Amino acid sequence: MPESLRRIVSGETAIVTAVTASGEIGRRLRDMGLSPGTEIKILGRAPLKDPVSIRLKNYTLTLRNNEADFIMVERVVA
Amino acid sequence: MNTAVKWKIKESPTATIALAGNPNSGKTTLFNAITGARQHVGNYPGITVERKEGTIDIKGTKVKLIDLPGTYSLSAYSQEELVARNFLVNEKPDIVVDIVDATMLERHLYLAIQFLELGVPVVLALNMMDDARKQGLRIDTEKLSKLLNCPVVETVARSGQGKKELMETAVQQAKEKNREGAPLDISYGAELDLVLDEMTEIIQTDQFMTDRYPPRWIALKYLENDAEIVRHGRLNGKISAKLETIVDRTKEHCIKTLKVPPEAIIADYRYGLINSILKQNIIIQEKTRQERIDFTTKLDSILVNRYLGPILMIAVLYAMFQITFTVGEVPMNWLGSLFGWISATATLLIPEGLLQSLVVSGIIDGVGGVMGFVPLIAIMFMMISFLEDSGYMARVAYMLDRVLRIFGLHGYSAMPFIISGGIAGGCAVPGVMATRTLRSPKEKLATLLTAPFMPCGAKLPVFLLLIAAFFTEYKAQMMFSITLLAWIMALLVAKLVRSTVIRGESTPFIMELPPYRLPTLRGVFIHTWERTWQYIKKAGTVILAVSILLWAAMTFPSLPEQQVNQFETERLAVLSTIQESAKRHQAIIEINNREGQTALRYSLAGKIGTSLEPLSQWAGFDWRTNIALVGGFAAKEVIVSTFGTAYSLGDVDPDAAATLSSRIAADPSWNKFTALAMIVFVLLYAPCVVTVVAIAKESTWSWAIFATVFNTVLGFGMAVAIYQIGTKLFS
Repeated sequence: MPESLRRIVSGETAIVTAVTASGEIGRRLRDMGLSPGTEIKILGRAPLKDPVSIRLKNYTLTLRNNEADFIMVERVVA
Repeated sequence: MNTAVKWKIKESPTATIALAGNPNSGKTTLFNAITGARQHVGNYPGITVERKEGTIDIKGTKVKLIDLPGTYSLSAYSQEELVARNFLVNEKPDIVVDIVDATMLERHLYLAIQFLELGVPVVLALNMMDDARKQGLRIDTEKLSKLLNCPVVETVARSGQGKKELMETAVQQAKEKNREGAPLDISYGAELDLVLDEMTEIIQTDQFMTDRYPPRWIALKYLENDAEIVRHGRLNGKISAKLETIVDRTKEHCIKTLKVPPEAIIADYRYGLINSILKQNIIIQEKTRQERIDFTTKLDSILVNRYLGPILMIAVLYAMFQITFTVGEVPMNWLGSLFGWISATATLLIPEGLLQSLVVSGIIDGVGGVMGFVPLIAIMFMMISFLEDSGYMARVAYMLDRVLRIFGLHGYSAMPFIISGGIAGGCAVPGVMATRTLRSPKEKLATLLTAPFMPCGAKLPVFLLLIAAFFTEYKAQMMFSITLLAWIMALLVAKLVRSTVIRGESTPFIMELPPYRLPTLRGVFIHTWERTWQYIKKAGTVILAVSILLWAAMTFPSLPEQQVNQFETERLAVLSTIQESAKRHQAIIEINNREGQTALRYSLAGKIGTSLEPLSQWAGFDWRTNIALVGGFAAKEVIVSTFGTAYSLGDVDPDAAATLSSRIAADPSWNKFTALAMIVFVLLYAPCVVTVVAIAKESTWSWAIFATVFNTVLGFGMAVAIYQIGTKLFS
């Protein structure tokens, strides 16, 4: 069941199924490598639970929760 | 002889090479390693994106090397991307050297693919090869080169390894390759390919912008909904409308059938292409994922930990300030003594009179006061460069973003605030310059306008003076409250401007947290030097002019001869009546100071101060305070020294203002509320001239003037409120 990246907790791994944003946010997300099929791992969240930091394609990316809402993922059960 | 002439006439071959790549790819490090100190930093016309150029000689070819701004893509969403793209299209470099981080090949090749699509000749520099080896990655460069159809060179920018081979390959390639090399055509799936073909044909038939861009690339950008290209296209005739209809039709179709816009499909296919290339055994993973020790992820689990992170951040920032001010004090004192010596020498050499006064009080003191801050600024910039280059700055932004966003700011606004004096005793000039790390124009502007509220090092003596005079028992609490007020005002005003004059959506916080790296000494020094030099240049030009103006305003018109004679008579009387030399000396100084005060009141500045009195008395400021505050616009350091003259104390050392504070405390025109009003006014009113110039440079002159007027009105309003309410309620 695809769900939003916001709902994934720290330490979990997931696969991107879709990036639903268009315009600038969509472009930026895709520029940073968030395309369907990409495996991501949630590293953690900032002191106030927002933004979130994730690991993908061998680097670390941060985004705000409202930007994470545009990323649909499928949880990988380890 | 004949050959010498020939040799002179024969022009050496030239080549223009552009360095491009993602931010944090080591691009600037490589640029520094190649050009050394032979570089020139400027701005692209009209915007604040830096343009760095260097000239080097590669085997007899004169190479102009340009460091393009770091970008992730060639879309037109940020100034950096636009600058990079326009440079490639307009200035047509012979070769683009694309620097990619070998450890993150998949993401970095995304930009490389777009260069190839644009049809610019590319040489790929596989940088950070040392890191890649450490991670157990081996890269088949030969195969990669063949698949991408461009030369690939391995480099380690930090040590300079591979830079020679890279530049030689680039120059070689520049000679051989025809610029009109065929752009790379990627298949974007059957449906989009059909649309692209249809559009390409229209573009080609009508020669629509084909003098600037490859036809299929134009079609692609229309499909990607690239605002810049569409805007340009519309200026070029009716074809644009035709293309837009096709795009609209396609978009509707894509969203209906695939639920995503065409631009998403295009990106997916690009990544698909990259993956299909990388899957052909380009990357050989020699260690398993478990074995690989990822230093950055480990360090991040402590440094951005939800509980430990903020504590460590405060410690780091606090240490940064401590180091800056303890280390900075030493050279600052040297410079102080140097200017003191120059000033003393000038006094000796130039006969007493107007010229001496102009040179000593106008030029040397004015410029010296500003130059005195150079060591502090240099050290501060060194710290910032270190934090930036090491990757920690991005973590600070990450941790503070949630708080700053509430006020319409961005995580990266934190640094400019802190540097401007957010922990008391910074300087708004480097603070304003530090907004350059902010890549979001609206948040940057809001930060620029509010950072000058912070209690900078030059405002502190004013606060200390007034606190010593009226609130001496609450020194620490007062200083803390002032800093707190500065933050509150900065955040509230930021919120205000972000919901009125610079309204708009917040810029996304989709940012890379770069791997931790030990900064190179060369990088830190070049960075520090660049910014310090900008400051010195300003001190030499703007400040010099303002110092002379201010001096003239405080000197002319000079006292009428009759009054001068009167003081002279008084002095003669003292000389003849008082015998004891110490007492006599005291009496003479007292007369001199009174003469100084009278002359100041008579001068233009004094007249301005007096004419402002009807207005300023609402905040409890008399003419003397007014002169000091007007002078403070040139530099906040001037406030206390002008106070000294106005209260007929002669020259007052701003740091040892004890006598002055007792004089003010005893003055009937002063009370606690006048002092509070003055503290708040000094905290908030117009930034000093150097800061105003810096703001103008980072934005526009209109915003710089806006900051000057708005801050002064705000400061005065608050000062009046404090004085009026205070005196009405409590006395």
